[in-house]
Amino acid sequence: MSGNRQVTSAASRWRAPVLFLILAALFFAEGTFRNAMFSGSWNISLAILNMGLISAITALGLNMQWGYAGLFNVGVVGFLALGGLAPVLIALPPVEGAWGAGGMRIIAALVTGIGSLALASLVWRRGRGKVGALATAGVLVLGFFLFRWVFDPAVAAIEANQSARYGNIGGLGWPVLLSWPIGGLFAAAAAWAVGKVALGLRSDYLAIATLGIGEIIVAVLKNEEWLARGVKNITSIPRPVPYEIELQRNPDFQSFANSWSTSAAEASGIWVKLCYMSLFLVVLLAIILLAELALKSPWGRMMRAIRDNETAAEAMGKDVTARHLQVFIIGCGVIGMAGAMMITLDGLMAPTSYNPLRYTFLIWVMVIIGGSGNNWGAVLGAVLIWFLWIKVEVWGPELIGLLTAPMPAGAVKDHLLDSAPHMRFIAMGMILLLVLRFAPRGLLPER
Amino acid sequence: MDILNALVAFLNFVFIPAASYGAQLALGALGVTLIYGILRFSNFAHGDTMAFGTAIVIILTWGLQGLGVNLGPLPTALLALPLGIALTALLVLGTDRVVYRFYRVNKSAPIIMVMASVGVMFVMNGLTRLLIGVDDQIFTDGARFVIDVRSFRDWSGLDEGLALRTTQVLTLVVAVLVVWALFRFLNRTKSGKAMRAYSDNEDLALLSGIEPERVVRITWIIAAALMVIAGTLYGLDKSFGPFNYFQMLLPIFASAIVGGLGNPVGAIAGGFLVAFSEVAVTYPWRKIVGYLAPDWQPDGLLQLLSTEYKFAVSFMILIAVLLFRPTGLFRGKSV
Amino acid sequence: MSGSDAFANRGNRDASVVNPRPSGTIDSTRRSGPVGEGRAGDPFLIGEAMTGGYGTGPDILHDCTIAVEQGEIAVIVGPNGAGKSTAMKAVFGMLDLRQGSVRLNGRDITALNPQDRVKAGMGFVPQVNNIFPSLTVQENLEMGAFIRDDDISETMEQVFDLFPAVADKRKQAAGELSGGQRQQVAVSRALMTRPSLLMLDEPTAGVSPIVMDELFDRIIAIARGGLPVLMVEQNARQAMNIADKAYVLVQGRNAHTGTGKELMANEEVRRTFLGG
Repeated sequence: MSGNRQVTSAASRWRAPVLFLILAALFFAEGTFRNAMFSGSWNISLAILNMGLISAITALGLNMQWGYAGLFNVGVVGFLALGGLAPVLIALPPVEGAWGAGGMRIIAALVTGIGSLALASLVWRRGRGKVGALATAGVLVLGFFLFRWVFDPAVAAIEANQSARYGNIGGLGWPVLLSWPIGGLFAAAAAWAVGKVALGLRSDYLAIATLGIGEIIVAVLKNEEWLARGVKNITSIPRPVPYEIELQRNPDFQSFANSWSTSAAEASGIWVKLCYMSLFLVVLLAIILLAELALKSPWGRMMRAIRDNETAAEAMGKDVTARHLQVFIIGCGVIGMAGAMMITLDGLMAPTSYNPLRYTFLIWVMVIIGGSGNNWGAVLGAVLIWFLWIKVEVWGPELIGLLTAPMPAGAVKDHLLDSAPHMRFIAMGMILLLVLRFAPRGLLPER
Repeated sequence: MDILNALVAFLNFVFIPAASYGAQLALGALGVTLIYGILRFSNFAHGDTMAFGTAIVIILTWGLQGLGVNLGPLPTALLALPLGIALTALLVLGTDRVVYRFYRVNKSAPIIMVMASVGVMFVMNGLTRLLIGVDDQIFTDGARFVIDVRSFRDWSGLDEGLALRTTQVLTLVVAVLVVWALFRFLNRTKSGKAMRAYSDNEDLALLSGIEPERVVRITWIIAAALMVIAGTLYGLDKSFGPFNYFQMLLPIFASAIVGGLGNPVGAIAGGFLVAFSEVAVTYPWRKIVGYLAPDWQPDGLLQLLSTEYKFAVSFMILIAVLLFRPTGLFRGKSV
Repeated sequence: MSGSDAFANRGNRDASVVNPRPSGTIDSTRRSGPVGEGRAGDPFLIGEAMTGGYGTGPDILHDCTIAVEQGEIAVIVGPNGAGKSTAMKAVFGMLDLRQGSVRLNGRDITALNPQDRVKAGMGFVPQVNNIFPSLTVQENLEMGAFIRDDDISETMEQVFDLFPAVADKRKQAAGELSGGQRQQVAVSRALMTRPSLLMLDEPTAGVSPIVMDELFDRIIAIARGGLPVLMVEQNARQAMNIADKAYVLVQGRNAHTGTGKELMANEEVRRTFLGG
């Protein structure tokens, strides 16, 4: 509501720079000081920062949906995972014989599947009453069996192809950077399908729909071995930056490392991470720039108007559902891109690691704590929460060790020490609850 | 004979598992729907609170087993259940006092309570890990089967065996009792009617002398009882995995929404609908079809979707129901 | 108000996480203050010299006085926005009074919250949302009698005698009834506490003329049965016809007061607001 926008006072003008400085100081401390709280390793500090930047991009995507349009997306993990499929399919070298074994058939199956869905929706819209519903159901059932009939042999053939090493469709061998926007497109396409259904109903059912699609996408990745080897994981995804081992062999780099009086091993790690950081920063800043421009454009004003007063916007002839669908797709696209970047950074696609608590709800914590609707807030919240998420795992045992030091050795003490790493969940929950209670508009409230 | 074999196979692999799973979902969905009706938000902490309550029951069960107490053929966990419910109810009431009450009193928009429930979910998840760790636990004891495959074959002379596990019978019996008691409470007692009145019209309930905080307290206690019972039954029937309960959030929410959020009858219907569809779609029908049409030799397993996609089933049902009846099978509204 | 719209209306459209039912509007945490002594010679109910508004907002009532004698019907009438309903809410304790007092049956109840005024003997029928739609008619009445611990069956029979149409539908959900029947259920619900005063906020809003006449008949019957009635009415002419006492409010102030007949005869009242 417009009444909520505060007058920009001197305090709130300095708020963002000061908080970002504090954040920077944390990372500096992590890289420099070696003590109970910090590791004193720039490699660790930059590793946290890189993942923090990816979280920031994810949070930006979510913030577009939540902050601009008030959409409650709890399927972030799914869109992130779907985006992560892109580096696998784009950048990996092709698997010999895979396409010949069943590539065309897979494509034909997908076309069949999508075609029957489209046909079903056409019948549904044209048809009336019970007959229409029955016809739609008939088309869907027939389409499903047709899809399986085309699809199953192709899957079997691909998975049989060099099953020990590959058994998957393989990639196209294109540059991995290309897979980032393509990951975004994957997620956006899925978002279009979900949003089309869940946003069109009498009131939204987006939360439950996204919760469902998130689980389904992750299940597909775990289960469809032909796609990305499922739970067997994909490793050695190509990098957009040099490998440490190449740098260490390079004499120029060795002398460069010596001039900074570090070992080539450490310097190479830092160098690689700095390269990644630069790439991520470019993407992050570009997205923020675009997001801020969009928000200040007539489109952005309309989005805000719709969010603030849907009824009035509807009465003025704005198509609320279409706008919501639009921003949902864009947000998911950004999340998908972050997913592709994450897989590129890790060099590994492990579907079992996609845990909703970590990849959906932690992102929510980041957005709420940063400040709903504020892009810089989302970035701040994401990097800060990611830093805490990593560090609390270290600080928890330290703290418990300190607290239990006077206790006699025994089962209770062992149990407490063993379970200390789980403190991070309680800590995150507490942080979220405290912010909701005392600063529900977040660290950097929306202007 | 083949028809009988098919029927037995159907009972054994589809009907009985789906019925007990459906009962567990229905109990979970009842809790979600009560909270939605009275407190006006979907409780994302439901799954993790279920896990925590079950963890308490498991630890109490171990304690009882250590003392040598048991219930003969029935699982000892049944004895631990009342205390587990009481402890969980206390915890949940404490959560309400510390977290949700503030927003209720301020008449905040309910979305902030949804967010708060995400915070509570993290805390509950952490507490469960602290309490019992991250590994699966098996805490069932007593007789494993009411009917086992071999004795059924001997008795009936059929090729197909039928197994009926104690936990499955227990699930159904307990669920029926709980649902009966809950409906009796809601429809026959003054407090139950007051709860329904409050969910209809808060202001009028207040003016009628119904104490809102008391209604909320009763709701949380009932929800806690439903959570612990559902969680324990699920844990006995399958196994206790601290993260399985989070995974149940989707089918539980789907059941509640399919039935019409806020409607207890709907929650039960939704639970069974989701469970039966999940099992039916992910079961390989080859065996049963083999009995019914011995001449037809299909290539595949006649399994519509592999078991990993059971979430997809809840999802599809949800979408289908919402397309046809946007408010769920049994009109939303009214606890 | 911290947090009440912290998310600026975000997410409140999603029915899968948020129950679209509005929350209550009455502050249930407000505690009642002490009950004082009435004054000698008071009418049965008097809201005297009431000045106040909602919360910290501007005053809506200015030095407004409303009184009801035992066994009488008093109506509050006036043009739109005159503060009729507000005056009634002030009597019922849903308004923050800055000045004035409310005294009922020889006791000063100014410091009581609405719930406790019900216990003190006020039966209040709000203008809208005045039934429990998914509860049956009978359950609606039981909830009306929630504060009573004695046997309510006799009161329920009396109410059913008064409203036979309601009695026929006692097993039906109240939300399924017609508009006029819902109003009857609403009045019946308020009667279940055996109040010493019945307050009706525009009971005939949105019902057909025939139903309105029937409702007025019932209200007269209630008053003749000895229960004083205070009523806000939009249909001024009909209301004054049945009123023993009428209060014409204009801009939150008493403009005219008198018996219904007196005011009907008053030239100024007729001209300015009965339409000639």
